[in-house]
Amino acid sequence: MPVLDITLKDNALIMIHSLFLINNAGDLFLEKHWKSVISRSVCDYFFEAREKAVEPDNVPPVIRTPHHYLINIYREKIFFVSVIQTEVPPLFVIEFLHRVAETFQDYFGECSESTIKDNVVIVYELLEEMLDNGFPLATESNILKELIRPPTILRSMVNTITGSSNVGETLPTGQLSTIPWRRAGVKYTNNEAYFDVVEEIDAILDKSGTTVFAEIQGVIDACVKLSGMPDLTLSFMNPRLLDDVSFHPCVRYKRWESERVISFVPPDGNFQLMSYHISAQNLVAIPVYVKQNISFFETGSSGRLDITVGPKQTMGKTVEGLVVTVHMPKVVLSANLNATQGTYNYDPVTKILVWDIGKLNPQKLPNLKGSLSLQSGAPKPEENPSLNIDLKIQQLAISGLKVNRLDMYGEKYKPFKGVKYVTKAGKFQVRT
Amino acid sequence: MQKLLQLPVNAVNIVKGVQGVTQGQEEALSPVLTPDSGPQNWYSAVQPEELRHLRSGGTGGGGWGRGHDDLKEMLDSNKDSLKLEAMKRIVAMIARGKNASDLFPAVVKNVACKNIEVKKLVYVYLVRYAEEQQDLALLSISTFQRGLKDPNQLIRASALRVLSSIRVTIIVPIMMLAIKEAASDMSPYVRKTAAHAIPKLHSLDPEQKDQLIEVIEKLLADKTTLVAGSVVMAFEEVCPDRIDLIHKNYRKLCNLLIDVEEWGQVVIINMLTRYARTQFLNPNINESLLEENSEKAFYASDDEEEEDKKAEPATLAKRKPYVMDPDHRLLLRNTKPLLQSRNAAVVMAVAQLYFHLAPKAEVGIIAKALVRLMRSHSEVQYVVLQNVATMSIKRRGMFEPYLKSFYIRSTDPTQIKVLKLEVLTNLANETNISTILREFQTYIKSMDKDFVAASIQAIGRCATNIGEVRDTCLNGLVQLLSNRDELVVAESVVVIKKLLQMQPEQHSDIIKHMAKLIDNIQVPMARASILWLIGEYCEHVPKIAPDVLRKMAKSFTNEEDIVKLQIINLAAKLYLTNSKQSKLLTQYVLNLAKYDQNYDIRDRARFIRQLIVPTDKSGALSKYAKKLFLALKPAPVLESPFKDRDHFQLGSLSHLLNAKAAGYQELPNWPESAPDPSVRNVEIPDWSKCSSRKDRKEKKVEKPFYSDSEGESGPTESADSGNCESDSGSGSASASGSDESGSGSESEESGEETESDEEEEDEEEEKKKRKKLDKTKAKKQAEESAERCTIHTIHQISCIINFDQFDMNKITSVFSQTLAPSGSIKMYELLHRIKGEGLAVEYCFSRQPFSPEPNMVAVQIQFTNNTNSETKNLHIEDPRLQSGMRIREFAEIDVLAAGESVTVVMGIDFCDSTQAANFQLCTHTRKFFVSIQPPVGELMTPAFLTENDFKKEQGKLMGMNEILEKLTLGEKCVNEHVIVERVTATANLSRVPCGSDKECRFAGKTVSSGCLVLVTVTTKEGGGAQLTVNCEKMLIGTMLVKDILQALSQ
Repeated sequence: MPVLDITLKDNALIMIHSLFLINNAGDLFLEKHWKSVISRSVCDYFFEAREKAVEPDNVPPVIRTPHHYLINIYREKIFFVSVIQTEVPPLFVIEFLHRVAETFQDYFGECSESTIKDNVVIVYELLEEMLDNGFPLATESNILKELIRPPTILRSMVNTITGSSNVGETLPTGQLSTIPWRRAGVKYTNNEAYFDVVEEIDAILDKSGTTVFAEIQGVIDACVKLSGMPDLTLSFMNPRLLDDVSFHPCVRYKRWESERVISFVPPDGNFQLMSYHISAQNLVAIPVYVKQNISFFETGSSGRLDITVGPKQTMGKTVEGLVVTVHMPKVVLSANLNATQGTYNYDPVTKILVWDIGKLNPQKLPNLKGSLSLQSGAPKPEENPSLNIDLKIQQLAISGLKVNRLDMYGEKYKPFKGVKYVTKAGKFQVRT
Repeated sequence: MQKLLQLPVNAVNIVKGVQGVTQGQEEALSPVLTPDSGPQNWYSAVQPEELRHLRSGGTGGGGWGRGHDDLKEMLDSNKDSLKLEAMKRIVAMIARGKNASDLFPAVVKNVACKNIEVKKLVYVYLVRYAEEQQDLALLSISTFQRGLKDPNQLIRASALRVLSSIRVTIIVPIMMLAIKEAASDMSPYVRKTAAHAIPKLHSLDPEQKDQLIEVIEKLLADKTTLVAGSVVMAFEEVCPDRIDLIHKNYRKLCNLLIDVEEWGQVVIINMLTRYARTQFLNPNINESLLEENSEKAFYASDDEEEEDKKAEPATLAKRKPYVMDPDHRLLLRNTKPLLQSRNAAVVMAVAQLYFHLAPKAEVGIIAKALVRLMRSHSEVQYVVLQNVATMSIKRRGMFEPYLKSFYIRSTDPTQIKVLKLEVLTNLANETNISTILREFQTYIKSMDKDFVAASIQAIGRCATNIGEVRDTCLNGLVQLLSNRDELVVAESVVVIKKLLQMQPEQHSDIIKHMAKLIDNIQVPMARASILWLIGEYCEHVPKIAPDVLRKMAKSFTNEEDIVKLQIINLAAKLYLTNSKQSKLLTQYVLNLAKYDQNYDIRDRARFIRQLIVPTDKSGALSKYAKKLFLALKPAPVLESPFKDRDHFQLGSLSHLLNAKAAGYQELPNWPESAPDPSVRNVEIPDWSKCSSRKDRKEKKVEKPFYSDSEGESGPTESADSGNCESDSGSGSASASGSDESGSGSESEESGEETESDEEEEDEEEEKKKRKKLDKTKAKKQAEESAERCTIHTIHQISCIINFDQFDMNKITSVFSQTLAPSGSIKMYELLHRIKGEGLAVEYCFSRQPFSPEPNMVAVQIQFTNNTNSETKNLHIEDPRLQSGMRIREFAEIDVLAAGESVTVVMGIDFCDSTQAANFQLCTHTRKFFVSIQPPVGELMTPAFLTENDFKKEQGKLMGMNEILEKLTLGEKCVNEHVIVERVTATANLSRVPCGSDKECRFAGKTVSSGCLVLVTVTTKEGGGAQLTVNCEKMLIGTMLVKDILQALSQ
């Protein structure tokens, strides 16, 4: 298909030329060009690839067309398709697009087609500020919020009545300072700093319950509402646990390297301070075990399913939000099961069985048992479905990581401090 | 921005004046625009609610005209709220790709609107449509031109940004002027905007290139982190080949890197990778030679091989050991912490830098960071895995410890699964193959058939690469032949075919088994593979082969083309080996083929008939038919599609696509000999700007004989020679280097010794002068800038001389004046000449960083041979140290001629204690027990803090860590300068700028553990003073207090 390429004449190098937002149904609902306009027909190549991929997450992130390259991400059921003309590190673009999506989420609470359409003007203003001539300009949420205020219900009401704007009245100074992530003149009556240590267990367990692979992915999310220019130092009881870390740009690498403390001037509001990775397998406790037996009979077009979940290494805490998801083979038509606890649901279209257990009671282990009926005449499926486990343990960081203390310098007041720990199942899979 | 809004009143007037004209134009325009109009009711809608529900597929309603009139009216109204509403709707139109160009005149006059949001939206509109409406766009230019002169830097910047975004050729000169002006703006933010504007102008008018390069050159010299990323981006887009512009800024860019914003980091790192490839030598040059024979298959890439070939004759002669250029090391060191960045693009950029530039032994550190990225979004995973796949071929060991991180989950998208499989296959070796195969077995059971097919291929590749498991794999694959899923079977057949080709004799039963499969398998590729196998090895299955041909002849017409071709091949081969049984069948097949629809098949049939069936016409070739058809065919090599992809710069788009993308800058090959490294030397920052220069000059006039020449020309000169030395890098360089440096520092020291008396006087004079100067000038500022200047210089110098301690001595001696104003370094005796039988040894703490090991104290040792014979083999033996302490010995001194002296440097890690280091000093004849005990003040190095940092750090070291002491100042401690001098002479600390002249502050870090040591001396009326020492190590603190007290009360 011919692409009307009106931009061939300027072959200047530019990172991101245009951006198209496309929903799951294939409607192109927003376009933004940072240079001359590129016809939206270029997206036909994307649609072609989209069709070929069947699943949205199988669309190749980089698509080649005769004159352009399309680099896209899929997030919140929206494809962010950017048009590139020349060599650029693909990760650069991908990372930027994710930053755009995160900014939308930050501004509108969620990043969905409807919120983007509702706030199309703010979206446009944001895109204008985030890229200049295709090169990232202001991507820090703190600065953007000074330039363009996020919508609130109250303000949008006031705006419709008075016609006033959501653009900042004062000029932002954050871009000028050496700490571009924090705006100046922050003031709170209640000064508080909260940290959430969230750990996710990624694991693959084999049929017999042995750990094939396990690691912990942790993040420390912060919500810091402190006046002025506080300089914080967060230290751990056991920093040696942290095998591999990555930081928000505000963290001083040098101090981490020399003293194993996190020293930083925080951005205002919510942000992810750091993420870490604990790969030593002996350190990774597996909180639950799963006994399962899924079998299909040679004859009679049926099968049996029997799953029991029990606590393993829970460190004395309660396992909550336990959900077992099974992707069934295509020939499974329906499931007739009996759950001793929680509810189950089998979707015959997506072939996904979801068993929502809830809280795990160690005295009375939840069990799901019953029969599966298969498409008649179809051969017995050879593959065995694998189980995905989701769970949550409050007040526990499964790695044993503990925050020792938080110190503040540079400001006089006494902030309110808090740390919360949560362990979740990440990509936790049991093979059968 | 408010201000900018108020500015262009007359711009409005201009617009109003033109309005009549434009309206006429517009009428002419609108009919043209109407046809491509989409959902018209969009424009007539007043309720924002309605806007929302509109979809691109919406059907047309009301006319264009009315909607536009509406909007125009709103834009013309006096109410900002109406204007805003109109602009919002127009922007919404643009966002949805609808044409709104005919509103241009109505919109452009609002460029002067006072409402900031209206204005912003007008900018959005303007940038979008200016190109199409050039004449009208010019009306807005004056607004921006005025904005460029605004006192507020943000307004200047935003004016430049919009002005440069308007793609109208006529304003090129205006833009050029604006960029030039902004490039020398006071505000770094405006300069950053100027850097951003450069590529815009370049794309608008490439003829401006030369002028723009001048601006780039200027901005490259900028020292702020804000500008660095943007200007390198401009450099990459306008003149990436002008590598000469980078030389002078190279070290600065390396040092600024960590503080540059993340997007700039990526651009700078990529550029520096290319730069380093042109300027430094291949750090792996020697290893790749060694490997060439043993591991060539795995490691040597094309370019390396080529290089090796070239290098070979040279090696035969004599290979110089490789010495890394300190600048090369600087780049590696300064990028390493960025592996911890949260931004995947930055991590990838550092990873590719290490992959392309680091010595083999150091590349491994990137693996962990790359594995971490695998947890990120699937798009990031996709790109990272592609790069890991390439890397894992060349440097397999690097990812082996992380093997399990590449295990596949059933929930991974297929494209990720396939890439992980690729990496796992690349990582397979004799030791881990059993684990990997077990893992592969679970994958074969997956529901994702494409993935299963890829897994089977992966097993095949493992089997070809690792001989030990070939049979196991083959057996496993044969079992898969009975799989219910046809795709699985087909894929297995294809892979088995490839494996069998390696050793067909042993596996005739497998071939038989596969012959049976032909009845059931429908996948053409698999059928073709089986037929080929039977044909190729028909001698192993003499009974079955003709029967298969019989069956195939029956179904020939219904087969796919590739199968038909293989049937013909099979027939031909059978005809040649077993013509008795298959002659008729072959004739039959060839006849069928003769009338096939596909010309390839007809062609093949004709060709084969001529070859194998002897007729009168058939030429000499038919004699060789058997040789032609049944020649031994080499087994296929199953290799990774990622092999040799590393000739593309990793992390690049071109690498991902495995094809050159437009604008891709080839990664240059390493040069065979390094270009002149001195091009990166930077002139020492202008001394004239800081007060110390004045001091120096005055001093020079007074004492022309004292170290002046070194003071002025030393840094640049010695830096040059230093680099040359490291480049020539011969093994003996260290010895000769030490000699040189020895004589250098020796002469200076001897000078100091003899003139020490004079010096004191001179210094006093100098102090008086300084005092005068201070009074006349704004003292604080001068001092601060001096401090900064010094820091800067030292920083740069230390870059130059990094890792070469001998150069360090030469250069740093120059700085001893600025660092330690006392100038005189105290010498201690290590071995008296009488006790040492003519060998006198003295040592001093040179106060220079000991570069091979930064946490060691550098001890400069001077040997003087007072005998009349040579002393040989001077070296250290048998050090007896407290636990934790370490010594880094100096290189053995081969010969010390009679009457000569030599100076060497050794490093001692005292573990921040004043315990003595005992060791034996040996000559070729004698051994002497000696010991070095450091004064506490020598256990630290200066730390450069700002006043604020100092206060902050001091705040952290209160309580137990703070020691307060009152004292009476000695008679000579009349002013600040004496105090500074005394303190810095006692301890190796640096002065911290301070607002009050009653206070002197000093900061340092302990050498071994890096604990901060903060010293404050507060003078009071009447000779009293208070000394405060803050240090986490209380013992050090106490001892330091004692020493300083003594120094000050003398």
